Amino acid sequence: MKKPIRLEVNGVTHDAQVEPRQLLGEFLREHLSLTGTHIGCDTSQCGACVVHLDGVSVKSCTMFAIQAHGRSVTTIEGLTPAGELHPMQAAFREHHGLQCGFCTPGMIMSAVDLLRVNPTPDERDIREWLAGNLCRCTGYQNIIKAVDAAASEMRSATS
Amino acid sequence: MNEFDYHAPDRIDEALAMLADNHEAKALAGGMTLIPTMKQRLAAPSDLVDLGGIRELIGICEDADRIVVGAMTTHASVAESSLIQRDLPALAALAHGIGHAQVRHRGTLGGSIANNDPAADYPAALLALEAVVKTDRREIPAAAFFTGMFETALADDELVVAVTFPRCRDAAYAKFPNPASKYAMAGVFVVRDRGEVRVAVTGAAACVFRHEALERALQRRFEPVAIEHVDIDSTEFNEDLHASAAYRGQLVRVMAMRAVEQIQTRD
Repeated sequence: MKKPIRLEVNGVTHDAQVEPRQLLGEFLREHLSLTGTHIGCDTSQCGACVVHLDGVSVKSCTMFAIQAHGRSVTTIEGLTPAGELHPMQAAFREHHGLQCGFCTPGMIMSAVDLLRVNPTPDERDIREWLAGNLCRCTGYQNIIKAVDAAASEMRSATS
Repeated sequence: MNEFDYHAPDRIDEALAMLADNHEAKALAGGMTLIPTMKQRLAAPSDLVDLGGIRELIGICEDADRIVVGAMTTHASVAESSLIQRDLPALAALAHGIGHAQVRHRGTLGGSIANNDPAADYPAALLALEAVVKTDRREIPAAAFFTGMFETALADDELVVAVTFPRCRDAAYAKFPNPASKYAMAGVFVVRDRGEVRVAVTGAAACVFRHEALERALQRRFEPVAIEHVDIDSTEFNEDLHASAAYRGQLVRVMAMRAVEQIQTRD
């Protein structure tokens, strides 16, 4: 039986009726048409579905939409105002941090969360943090470069 | 996934009433195991009782010489706690090594121990530290809590409320993680508590256990070389595509040596 939820997604409040078994990732894609959040493995492993829940990265395939009731969700679409690139997105473009691009939204949402926890990560910190994000093009070297560059860029922007 | 009804109680007694009323209902902690299990239809509860909204289950506090960690405290919160980093650094390090960041943001101490996965990290810490599991109705010493593969002393409708740990700086955890899941292929938690040494092993067998031969050897001489030749009986150890039983036996020895070394370098 469907139940009512109210949550904020990318700054906009939504009221919806959801089946309790609907996963947050499905809800974002199918109910709100926010298809930037990708569902890759659907088994909590690949990280393509990472979004922020109250500012903290989570896998949207491994929680129910109803668990986001009363909370705030940010997807890749909500990282910056439409038409602008977040420094992390700009760095991925600059450093060729994507090949097919399927894992990219999750990589970026995860990497942005790393800089919340640790604004000065070294290469090891970046690799450890991205353990939950898989790139099947194996484009890891440039992903690491991009995250490192974005971290420097964001530090110099705030200093 | 099968259909279910969802409940989000604010209080422990409400959650208990929901679980007691319906034997097909299941408690939902962080969901890092239960949700994937439900997707595969290996679990199909009629109702989920989400514990995420019960504030009294979340948090870390000091109680005299003990540290009390609420059942719904996430692995990330344990890893980042300045109190735990200072007074029980091995537990903070263990929590930091669980899964990956997104698992640590949702997964909880209570969920991990109630599930008692044979390769989970926390059970080794609880057993070696002689932690006490506080439930809604009683206190269970760790040694009596973990009873078998995915089995605990908890009744069907019983909830973990908190875990009480001693403060202890002479402790360390070393694991050999599966590179994909980060679950322990073998993990060893070593505690040196005044004259006593306790060694708990996870990931190697069906359930976490104390390794008496390693404990005896380390009690005589607390150095990595003291256990270089201790007999590790691996006949009952797990065998799967990741490692043979004999290989897990070797990992137990090496992880124990690394944990001892960590404690020595902290001295």
